[in-house]
Amino acid sequence: MKSIVALNVNGDRQQVAVPEHWTLLETLRYGLGLTGSKQGCDKGDCGACTVLLDGEAVLSCITPVWEAEGRDVTTVEGLAEPGRLNELQAAFAETGGAQCGFCTPGILMSAWGLLLRSPSPSRDEIKEALGGNLCRCTGYTKIYEAVELAATVGPTARRRVPPTLPLSPCSGRRGRGEDEA
Amino acid sequence: MLRLHSYRYHRPAALADALALLAEHGPAAMVMAGGTDLMPNMKHRLFTPDHVVALKGVAELRGIEEREGELRLGAAETLAAVSRSALVRAWLPALARAAGLVAGPQLRNMGTIGGNICLDTRCTYYNQTEFWRSALGFCLKKDGTVCHVTKVGRKCVAAHSADTPPVLMTLGAVLDLASPRGTRTVPVADFFVADGVRNTVRAADEVVTSVRAPLPGPGSRAGFEKLRQRGAIDFPLLNVAVALELEGDVVASLRVVVSALGARPRFIGGLEKLAGERPDAALLEAVARRALDQAHPLENITVDTEWRRAMVPVLVRRALAQALAGPPGGPPPTG
Ligand SMILES: Cc1cc2nc3c(=O)[nH]c(=O)nc-3n(C[C@H](O)[C@H](O)[C@H](O)COP(=O)(O)OP(=O)(O)OC[C@H]3O[C@@H](n4cnc5c(N)ncnc54)[C@H](O)[C@@H]3O)c2cc1C
Repeated sequence: MKSIVALNVNGDRQQVAVPEHWTLLETLRYGLGLTGSKQGCDKGDCGACTVLLDGEAVLSCITPVWEAEGRDVTTVEGLAEPGRLNELQAAFAETGGAQCGFCTPGILMSAWGLLLRSPSPSRDEIKEALGGNLCRCTGYTKIYEAVELAATVGPTARRRVPPTLPLSPCSGRRGRGEDEA
Repeated sequence: MLRLHSYRYHRPAALADALALLAEHGPAAMVMAGGTDLMPNMKHRLFTPDHVVALKGVAELRGIEEREGELRLGAAETLAAVSRSALVRAWLPALARAAGLVAGPQLRNMGTIGGNICLDTRCTYYNQTEFWRSALGFCLKKDGTVCHVTKVGRKCVAAHSADTPPVLMTLGAVLDLASPRGTRTVPVADFFVADGVRNTVRAADEVVTSVRAPLPGPGSRAGFEKLRQRGAIDFPLLNVAVALELEGDVVASLRVVVSALGARPRFIGGLEKLAGERPDAALLEAVARRALDQAHPLENITVDTEWRRAMVPVLVRRALAQALAGPPGGPPPTG
């Protein structure tokens, strides 16, 4: 038997018919076609399913969909503006923080949750915030650098992100000066 | 992909409604707070309740406040809220530390202090899919008759694996419980029993509504240390909580709890003989020695048991040093 759940996903009000026992992740992927959030371990260990619920990073694979009813859900699909990456995504491309890409949506969401509450986080804060996201390519350094790079764009500058940031991984790191130019 | 069984999810807003649901559905119902333990366990078919009563929306289970010489924490407060609370950090820094060392950030945003206290015990042979467990003919804790850890034992040795209860025990905290039959208060120290199948005295229809800890005096110090494989997310392989009272330059009393080894957290015995000693290296060594003598980890986790045991005195010394170096609990700075 299905029931209708009302969700606010990436700013859109959605009504979706789901089996009552579905998780938020199943609803996003199989009810709404939002397959950016990944189904990794599916039991709360790996962080690939991380989404923001009212701005806080949670694991959608172990969240009953009803817990999200009437709350703001942000998934990786909600980061980019039409036709362009947001500054965090662009920074991942810039530093090569994406690697194989499977853990990336979850990492982006944990990092975005961090930037929302702490716009210029220290390296330790970034490490702490990403502690629940496993990357099996084992290269956290470029991921941390990407979050730091995104933070230099800063909340006031966020509206002014150029339509396309250069995406070449070989173009070297963008320093603060370059971003503010 | 791990699918859940079908069940109904109820979201009461008041405690009375939650208790009415528990009364109505009896053994077919279970309570869920953050779901960070129960959801994976349901996916593994360790529990298949027809009705799940969600506690996060229950107003009576929220709030962290100081009143009448105690700090009261609503059972549905998240571990993130507990670890960041100015009141908890100032009065009970060891509790804030333990809550902040549970799992990873997403799980602390979801998981609650009440769920942490009521966490199911864990074992290599238990926290597995139904298929995995069936291949071994199941185990004593769930669906089977054999303990794969002790081979012969009739008693389940799954490990108590929560981080905040040892601290709450050393601090002398109590739990308020409510059920359709009434309310009662149980000291955290009396809440756990040495049976891995069900390691608490909580009845199935009882809800932990709040945790209350006495505010410490100026001579009180407390500490918490945890051993885990990955510093970022893992369950404890061993954890140690200590609390002591200083009087002048001697230790007037001392409590140490060692956990994550067996089915319940345990007070280290014989420490009253050390009262009146100075808090020096010799005292730390004496306490560490007693803890080592009394700790007997089993192979309920696939991590070297000898290492877990050898780390007991190390963590006891570290927790004591941390407690002695730390500030006494006190009111949060105002302003
Ligand atoms: C990858 C991973 C790592 C983890 N690491 C740790 C760790 O390092 N340390 C640690 O301690 N835990 C760890 N956990 C377990 C868990 O996240 C925490 O213990 C958390 O605090 C559980 O709280 P919850 O609200 O999510 O519990 P739930 O899953 O909601 O409930 C747990 C149990 O308690 C019962 N329950 C919940 N609330 C109440 C209540 N108020 N009254 C009565 N019964 C109640 C439920 O019926 C259920 O049986 C980890 C979990 C995962 C998935």
